[in-house]
Amino acid sequence: MGEIKTAHSNKILSDDMLKSVKEIEDKWKLVPAFLKIKGLVKQHIDSFNYFINVEIKKIVDANNKVTCDADPLFYIKYTNVYVGMPDVDEGFNISKRTTPHECRLRDMTYSAPITVDIEYTRGNQRVSRTGLLIGKMPIMLRSSNCILSNKSEYELAKMNECPLDPGGYFIVKGQEKVILIQEQISKNRMIVEESKYGIQCQVTSSTHEKKSRTFVFAKAGKYYLGHNMFTDAISISIVFKAMGILSDQEICQMVGITDLRKFTPTLEECHTLKIYTQEAALRHLGSKLVAKRYVSSVSKIKTPWDEARDLLATTVLAHIPVEEYNFRNKAVYLAHMLKRVIEAQLNKNALDDRDYYGNKRLELAGSLLSLMFEDVFKRFNWELKSIAEKTIPKIRATQFDVIKYMRSDLITTCLVFAISTGNWTIKRFRMERQGVTQVLSRLSYISALGMMTRVNSQFEKTRKVSGPRSLQPSQWGMLCPSDTPEGEACGLVKNLALMTHITTEVDEYPLIRLANNTGVIDINTVSGDFMNARDVYVVFLNGCIIGLVKNYKRLIGWFRLMRRNGFISGYVSIYPNHLHRCVYISSDGGRLCRPYIIVEKGKPLVTKEHIQDLEMGIRSFEDFLHDGLVEFLDVNEENDSFIACYEKDITIQTTHLEIATFTLLGVCAGLVPYPHHNQSPRNTYQCAMGKQAMGTIGYNQRNRMDTLLYNLVYPQAPMVKSRTIELINFDKLPAGQNATVAVMSYSGYDIEDALIINKASIDRGFGRCLVYRNSKCILKRYANQTYDRIQGPLIDTTTNKPIWKHNILDNDGIVSPGESVENRQVLINKSVPVISSAPPGGSSTSSVEYRDVPVCYKNTEPSYIEKVMVSTNEEDAGLIKILLRQTRRPEIGDKFSSRHGQKGVVGLVVEQEDMPFNEYGICPDIIMNPHGFPSRMTVGKLIELLAGKAGLLEGKFHYGTAFGGSKVEDVSEELIKHGFNYQGKDFFYSGITGECLQAYIYSGPVYYQKLKHMVQDKMHARARGPRAVLTRQPTEGRSRDGGLRLGEMERDCLIGYGASMMLVERLMVSSDQCEVDVCNKCGRLGYCSWCNSCKSSVEVSTITMPYACKLLLTELQAMNITARLTLTHYCQ
Amino acid sequence: MNTFKDDKQRAILKEHKVIQSLATGPTVFDETFDLGNFKKKFGIVVVRYEHYEIEFDLIGIHPSLVNAFRRLILSDVPSMAIEKVHVYNNTTIIQDEVLAHRLGLIPLKADARLFEYRTNENADYTDNDSLEFELKIKCTFNKELNNSSCADDLYKNNNVYSKHIKWLPRGNQLKLYKEIDVGPIHDDILIAKMRPGHELDLKLIAVKSCGRDHAKFSPVATAFYRLLPEIKLTRQVEGEAAERLQKCFSPGVIAIEKNEAGKQIATVRNARYDMSSRNVYRYEDLKDAVVLSKIQDHFIFTIESVGAMSSDVIFKEAVGLLKKKCLCLLEELQT
Repeated sequence: MGEIKTAHSNKILSDDMLKSVKEIEDKWKLVPAFLKIKGLVKQHIDSFNYFINVEIKKIVDANNKVTCDADPLFYIKYTNVYVGMPDVDEGFNISKRTTPHECRLRDMTYSAPITVDIEYTRGNQRVSRTGLLIGKMPIMLRSSNCILSNKSEYELAKMNECPLDPGGYFIVKGQEKVILIQEQISKNRMIVEESKYGIQCQVTSSTHEKKSRTFVFAKAGKYYLGHNMFTDAISISIVFKAMGILSDQEICQMVGITDLRKFTPTLEECHTLKIYTQEAALRHLGSKLVAKRYVSSVSKIKTPWDEARDLLATTVLAHIPVEEYNFRNKAVYLAHMLKRVIEAQLNKNALDDRDYYGNKRLELAGSLLSLMFEDVFKRFNWELKSIAEKTIPKIRATQFDVIKYMRSDLITTCLVFAISTGNWTIKRFRMERQGVTQVLSRLSYISALGMMTRVNSQFEKTRKVSGPRSLQPSQWGMLCPSDTPEGEACGLVKNLALMTHITTEVDEYPLIRLANNTGVIDINTVSGDFMNARDVYVVFLNGCIIGLVKNYKRLIGWFRLMRRNGFISGYVSIYPNHLHRCVYISSDGGRLCRPYIIVEKGKPLVTKEHIQDLEMGIRSFEDFLHDGLVEFLDVNEENDSFIACYEKDITIQTTHLEIATFTLLGVCAGLVPYPHHNQSPRNTYQCAMGKQAMGTIGYNQRNRMDTLLYNLVYPQAPMVKSRTIELINFDKLPAGQNATVAVMSYSGYDIEDALIINKASIDRGFGRCLVYRNSKCILKRYANQTYDRIQGPLIDTTTNKPIWKHNILDNDGIVSPGESVENRQVLINKSVPVISSAPPGGSSTSSVEYRDVPVCYKNTEPSYIEKVMVSTNEEDAGLIKILLRQTRRPEIGDKFSSRHGQKGVVGLVVEQEDMPFNEYGICPDIIMNPHGFPSRMTVGKLIELLAGKAGLLEGKFHYGTAFGGSKVEDVSEELIKHGFNYQGKDFFYSGITGECLQAYIYSGPVYYQKLKHMVQDKMHARARGPRAVLTRQPTEGRSRDGGLRLGEMERDCLIGYGASMMLVERLMVSSDQCEVDVCNKCGRLGYCSWCNSCKSSVEVSTITMPYACKLLLTELQAMNITARLTLTHYCQ
Repeated sequence: MNTFKDDKQRAILKEHKVIQSLATGPTVFDETFDLGNFKKKFGIVVVRYEHYEIEFDLIGIHPSLVNAFRRLILSDVPSMAIEKVHVYNNTTIIQDEVLAHRLGLIPLKADARLFEYRTNENADYTDNDSLEFELKIKCTFNKELNNSSCADDLYKNNNVYSKHIKWLPRGNQLKLYKEIDVGPIHDDILIAKMRPGHELDLKLIAVKSCGRDHAKFSPVATAFYRLLPEIKLTRQVEGEAAERLQKCFSPGVIAIEKNEAGKQIATVRNARYDMSSRNVYRYEDLKDAVVLSKIQDHFIFTIESVGAMSSDVIFKEAVGLLKKKCLCLLEELQT
């Protein structure tokens, strides 16, 4: 770069100036200010807001007219569309505002009506109607149309909503659903890469109407254009001619190739095919068109020539607008593509990187929903049209009124179905995606928050390519380097970093005007020669060429100035690419960007005073943006900037300064104290485990009725905090407890990361947890006037008391809160009419037969009834929810983990008196084996312990923030101050022998998380039990009280050992032994000592065999295959 | 180890490890153990005796014995604690089990020596094996109008404390005890928080048991001991180094005196207060100046009573228990 050289000469001059760059104290405080307006979940909300307030209007506007072929006068015109506030239909067309919590409890959808204003014809009249309901839109929580937006904590509490809940998800049929962020290659951009034949340049064009892919590639020294519209690859020169560039010289000038020899074979092709005119070229293209599957009868049949021209204008490179068949713009674009291919052939550096984050776009809930809505809306209109076409020709008494046919359930069900299943089927793009939505995991607050920042890649999980999975340098600061799952989705599922913002679309028009005013020359006014002149840069806006510029630096400088002064949107990015000799301006949605402090002349613009203003609340983050102190950079522009991590790194060339280094991690990784001291996979493991830790879910957790909910009885905020923990309120909704840990070996029950736990600690409430489960029952009404009913408990006639099964039932047949339920007791004594489908006969419904379908409790451990809810759901059917509760104390086999990816199960519970104790009489809650450290290299845990200990003595929280936090020297000094060993190692006495231990024990508090995996839910054994009906073999799985399988490998062992009787016993006797009669004469199976084919019982003998074998034989027989058995005595 | 001039057993605290000289003298386990000798050598010195806490020295005794006392105190000396909670009404947000667990952990004043163990789980409670309490409380709005937004002013009984637990005397218990002798020791233990409409109606039954059963029955917060430290300076430490040395130990361990030459020199004043922080080993120049050790048959025993029994009584109980156990063993051996 030329600029740097000149800067170097200034360096000596500026050195003393730079010395004055002091650290801006507390500049991290910009992070909470940022999080108030942007980041984390806000991007979901922003994108959804954009959709329901702006985009939906555009969509309706684009499809605003419905006409009909049957009546040329008939039309429907949408004049406006609104999305209202969420409500619930109470019947009789009365609707009532609803709260998200009500929807959660009553299994309803939190959705708002979409209403339109229309203008249409009824007969010869023109009618206009306003506020017509066309469907219901599921509303994202905390979006502009959600009743939770802009509410105070008190108001939220009144609505049973947790003020710390981030929102950003939907409630569909009572389930919380998140539309995951989808990552994909950006649309409308050229990507040059190597393919099967060689270098190719690919563009995926995407407009509202069309989606198509165009290739330019080299094959055998010639250049071709590929598109799925054409059967064959087409020589690029023909395409140019079809676009009206007839002269070969002009083509060459446009492409701007220096070495003509490379291009002559391509040009020659035109001449061999004798294509010299545009018409000839189009005719040639017309002959190569893919035959249409259906010919639309309505449209006039065009000549292939016409059709080719149409398709060339609309489908090839669809995103480049062509007006009145002026192909110049498209031709220049195509020439540019070709140029990129030729350049890449000469220079491999010119190849693009698919995995580079500048080439990626993240699709958020709003854009996904808008695709879906547009599709459904088009279908809705199409249906109206077809109804009109069918009905209008008929002569009727009443006039045809379309409004009667506008039914709201099509749009409603489509949207609800898409969100609840996650199947995103968009017919017009032939797009079919699964797993777009997921159920919001409410295991812990972190798991819910972590899910909101998750980024799903469109890449196939099964493919074994490392590129898309590996950490990309351009991911820096945008996506968390630690937080990714292990296993098949590794590297494909990612999480946003703390300060990432995803852009929403910005209007292009002002940008084009600004560009034109700063020296951008229209492409139509210049020759191809000028296009490829030395200092001329091509200017792209969102993938379209808008012109050429001679002085690109001036253009970029102006754009940045305008952006910093707020004249254009702060999310517009502009950067040059010197290799392509292009200037790219982007204003499209889905780009990753992140704020930086602007540095000018070696000085950051943000000063201490600004931060003080921020602290006092005079300034907000917007003010920083508005004053041009801070700006957003997207990945591409980041690469054109010189960013310093710390103030001390600032040189004269520096353009930006990092706000806070810890923000390069995400939400989950932010919990780890001292992550920069850990081996990196350990942080990744913690990111996965933090989501399984139980603790608190939200302030409204006691009002929720989830299917499964884990709570800690006494959750604690961690002793060693981090800035992230405070920013995301983990200290208010913690998941874990500070345990005093001694790092030593104890007994033999601590091998393989097992933990020793102090029984007294458990007695006092350590690791105690609550497990809530729910039981649900729906009371339906049937078409034949019958309905489900609930009856009171069955009374034993002898004792006059309810039978044991109904012991806990209230008089209404539902359990009462507070009762303890045991296995197989009845929770709801429901019965269902036997005949529900048949229409009611002549007889009255007095003699309806009922069948008992009780809701039973199934668990070996008893539970308590926390509460019972009786309500109705959306379909007006009765809904009963029962919340069951268990309190569990830790036991051997329960899983615990520290925040450093160090998980372990409880190996032994030890009495307090057997625990070692130190000079102060402190005995540990947990003993951890020191072998956990050398191979894991989790130094962060060691420092956490030390800092925690010092924090206890000092009475304050220490910070373990990434790339910062309390220093070990300071912490040691604090320990010395309080008379403790500076290394954190204490003198211990054995609790068993009473003598002192030979080694000093590293001990102190470490934050431990209790993970959801508990033995009680997993332990399983069986001697006898249920069998599968078909095979008579034992059932499979714990839930069905299944057997423990002696698998193939175990079987092989027994075979190898020669234990044949054991094998017979395991595989047959204890499994599906069965006695069958076999006829010795015909070899077929008989029964009751009788062979049915020989009609005799002479030679029938009884043998035992597995039932599965007998089943096979009979099944074969049913297929007309006889398997004959030949029996011999085993002594022979 | 010539730094020490007597023949006491010492554990030397090196920088990274402890070197113990194992007990060679006669112990109770040896044939050569002589009770007379033991009596002569053995001594108990009470150093500190406060309300709930006692610190005393046990000198000339084998660690196994001291440890036995400690272990007995922690898990065998009985005390009274709430074991059964009958919930008649609980409309607070706190779950029944959690509430019961919290109530169980409240230390009671009742002297366990006056009660009997319950032998049969299903037997009825009697006046000499159990105590009955009641917790009946209801939260209401405070009628007196005030503009405060503080929960304490807005509501009545919004916090349930241990003082709200009322004793229900059973049988002739009223004659034997006063309420103050059996109820919760501390009256400000927060049990639950309530809001208007919440109500608690509980019957609590306290029984006698020991710490092995559940930590709530342990009569002590903790009981532990440490060995008497001994610090020897092997050479003179003076000037700035002396001050540094002083800071390496707990206050009161090292004194700085002026010697004849007018120099500041460090002397060991009272090693007893040292808590083995071993921070001297931080300084290369001071490492060789001190020898840290612990006398292996001199124990500083601390008992922190929960409050039902005074700490000396707890120790006596433990001694009694050990005696009983020994007798029991002897009896078993003879039969």
